[in-house]
Amino acid sequence: MASVTPLHRAPAPEPPALHARAMDNLAFIRDTMEAAGAFTAVSGWGMVAVGTIATVAAVIASSRHSAVESVYVWLAAAVLATVTMLWAIVHKARQARMPLLSGPGRKFVLSFSPPMFVGALITIVLYRAGLPATIPGMWLLLYGTAVVAGGAFSVKIVPVMGICFMLAGTLALFTPTSWNDWIMAAAFGGLHIGFGIPIARRHGG
Amino acid sequence: MAKHGTARDDRNVGDLRTVRGKSEMPSAASSRADALDRLIHERLRLGIVSALAVNDSLSFSDLKKLMNTTDGNLSVHARKLEEAEYISCTKSFEGRMPKTQYRLTPAGRRALERYLDHMEALIRATRER
Repeated sequence: MASVTPLHRAPAPEPPALHARAMDNLAFIRDTMEAAGAFTAVSGWGMVAVGTIATVAAVIASSRHSAVESVYVWLAAAVLATVTMLWAIVHKARQARMPLLSGPGRKFVLSFSPPMFVGALITIVLYRAGLPATIPGMWLLLYGTAVVAGGAFSVKIVPVMGICFMLAGTLALFTPTSWNDWIMAAAFGGLHIGFGIPIARRHGG
Repeated sequence: MAKHGTARDDRNVGDLRTVRGKSEMPSAASSRADALDRLIHERLRLGIVSALAVNDSLSFSDLKKLMNTTDGNLSVHARKLEEAEYISCTKSFEGRMPKTQYRLTPAGRRALERYLDHMEALIRATRER
């Protein structure tokens, strides 16, 4: 006996909910922006602010009489610069409606953080070992390493800036310690401002 | 990534009307859908505008690679955006090779921002229901 085929087709599946489609569209926009690769959550104007803080810190640090006092000044500047940069990054991401910790943003943080953590530990070790004069060079090297590593997931100009920091760190380690504050000023001040302006102009703020 | 479709993909807007007809859409969201910019609602055009929003400019081949689409598709959709003055197009030569460069115009950026607002409002309206 022939098989019986029902005349009525199964009801068509309901279209996806409207809000689900809206979320899908937002995800598509975000994915496209990330794939387009020119967005960087690194804030160019934040870098300019950090560069200005570093320049002021260099002037104050150069008036100190010992390497230890200079390190204290730079540590205070580092805290202020970190807070400023975090605020600038969050502000930029909000303005661009980009999630901070998805895709490239997450990769940037995961690559940037380890060298910074190592830098903090080595700072303690060098301070305890009575070698504060070597700290600025190590900071520049490891900060540069962090920027190069994180910059691999950002716009091309970011890793280039990291390499410049590494070169400045190398210079600081192999030149007289009296040059340290000026090398720090040129790197943390000059490089941040010099790279920050084009990043702000070309890559969304 | 799947290849992006043809101009027939304008159906997305049609879908919204269908859903509204079934009274699935809250009234606030309904009015939002009415205001949707149909021009950039289509996936490929939305992709072009989104990619240009985070780049100073992109070449035809950059966009083609990024959108994973064909020359014909991309030029049709890019032309629609150009006609609406959402993007601008510059043609030049690099040696003997023609080069087409696209940029997002201020009107295009505003359109994308409006579109993002609409999507967020739709989500909000559904959650508030």
